[in-house]
Amino acid sequence: MKRPNIPTPAPSEITPRERYLNRREVMAGLAGAGLSGWALDALASERLKFTKNARLSLAEVQNSHEEITTYNNFYEFGTDKGDPARLGGKFRPKPWSVTIAGEAEVKGTFTLEDILKPHPLEERVYRLRCVEAWSMVIPWVGFPLGELLKRFRPTSRAKYVAFKTVLRPEEMPGQRFPVLDWPYVEGLRMDEAMHPLTILAVGLYGEALPNQNGAPLRLVVPWKYGFKSIKSIVEIRLTEKPPPTSWNLSAPHEYGFYANVNPAVDHPRWSQAKERKIGAGLFNPRVPTLPFNGYAEQVAGLYRGMDLRKNF
Amino acid sequence: MRRFLEPALFLFCSLPLAWLAARAFGVAGLGLGANPVDELMDRLGEWGLRLLLATLCVTPLAAMLRKPWLMGVRRMLGLFAFTYLALHFLNWLVLDQWFDVTAIAADIAKRPYITVGFTAFVLLVPLAVTSTAGWMRRLGRRWHALHRLVYPAAILGCIHFWWQVKADWREPAVYAAALLLLLAWRVRRARQRSARPSLARAAG
Repeated sequence: MKRPNIPTPAPSEITPRERYLNRREVMAGLAGAGLSGWALDALASERLKFTKNARLSLAEVQNSHEEITTYNNFYEFGTDKGDPARLGGKFRPKPWSVTIAGEAEVKGTFTLEDILKPHPLEERVYRLRCVEAWSMVIPWVGFPLGELLKRFRPTSRAKYVAFKTVLRPEEMPGQRFPVLDWPYVEGLRMDEAMHPLTILAVGLYGEALPNQNGAPLRLVVPWKYGFKSIKSIVEIRLTEKPPPTSWNLSAPHEYGFYANVNPAVDHPRWSQAKERKIGAGLFNPRVPTLPFNGYAEQVAGLYRGMDLRKNF
Repeated sequence: MRRFLEPALFLFCSLPLAWLAARAFGVAGLGLGANPVDELMDRLGEWGLRLLLATLCVTPLAAMLRKPWLMGVRRMLGLFAFTYLALHFLNWLVLDQWFDVTAIAADIAKRPYITVGFTAFVLLVPLAVTSTAGWMRRLGRRWHALHRLVYPAAILGCIHFWWQVKADWREPAVYAAALLLLLAWRVRRARQRSARPSLARAAG
């Protein structure tokens, strides 16, 4: 609530939040029984190595690091959009492991390092459209989900990919009340998962993901409403049947499996025709929402012949 | 106590508005966060509903504490509630919708939570207008009948809040529970009065 709102400085001028948090961790470590392992880790992982993928990036003005990290939905930490930043501090994204399961030839539980090792990281500047009719432009750092899935050799029965968020009520205060049926689950059709625009992100503004944005590993599907882009992933399961998804379970008439951004199909309770771009201040009329969030050229073909009103 | 209550309440009711104004104008580095229009909407609506329920607390409190002079603050609380809700409505009309008349009409007609919120606001307008001593005198007994519109307005206000949350109904449930208590007290009082008709004219 008491966030300072000094005239927005250029992104390059902002000290990223996790950097000064890391400094505090380091100092706390030094003041205590010497440098803790976690503090050293934090120091080591500050900056990610990546290339910029200009071809798949927007040339639009990016939202500030402050906006992206202080205003977002991550119900595991609380339902207010300030809660993830305010209450995400206790969460420990290291060490981390991810289970690959279901219809794949290679399965098992792998450390995050093993999961990430073969994948060169790239920056993708994507639009994010929340189902609540606001939007941002965010520089993610990640790699295509399809590249990861190929490594585990999906079988011919793999038609869908199911994802699961970590369940840690002791570190995630929002999970102590059943606002949703925890843990959060999401899913994609196989062709959506293999699409080159679909990425697993590990970073934001060139640095490791802050807790509140889904550390250490999250999905980003830019043509779908934000809630499809599941955070803090611990399990990726290949399935033959459409997997359950959290918001669809919570309110099936309001949130479908596909959840493609679509200005022509309203949420039952509000219009999706326009959106408010975050960051333009108080005098900021809504702008029209684009079909598939502006990615129609790349992804509309995935849904050819489908009734998008029915498959919302 | 009596002398200080009214100015103290006036100050208390003004504080959230002053705080919002300071944040909106960026006083001392304050701000409204990443989505200032929605922040204004939420805070104005929240305080409007709180003060509306506070207004409904006055009569039960005055009766239970046997301090009829407490009734003197009811109008002020009601007008503060109306002020916050009018600003909430204006924020929607101007900063949120930019006078987009087609979108506004469609929302009022098609979106139940906006329909009930808008209706609640419309119901409160005549109450604010007729809150003066002059109107009380002119309307006489009809003034009381008219001002019972505050009950449907409060009910619709609570529904308006409940219908827009996505999954977390805890906060709107607190407001709804408070309103139910306040209404239950009035139902009980009405029953007691009809059981003892001689007391039916007691203050209101």
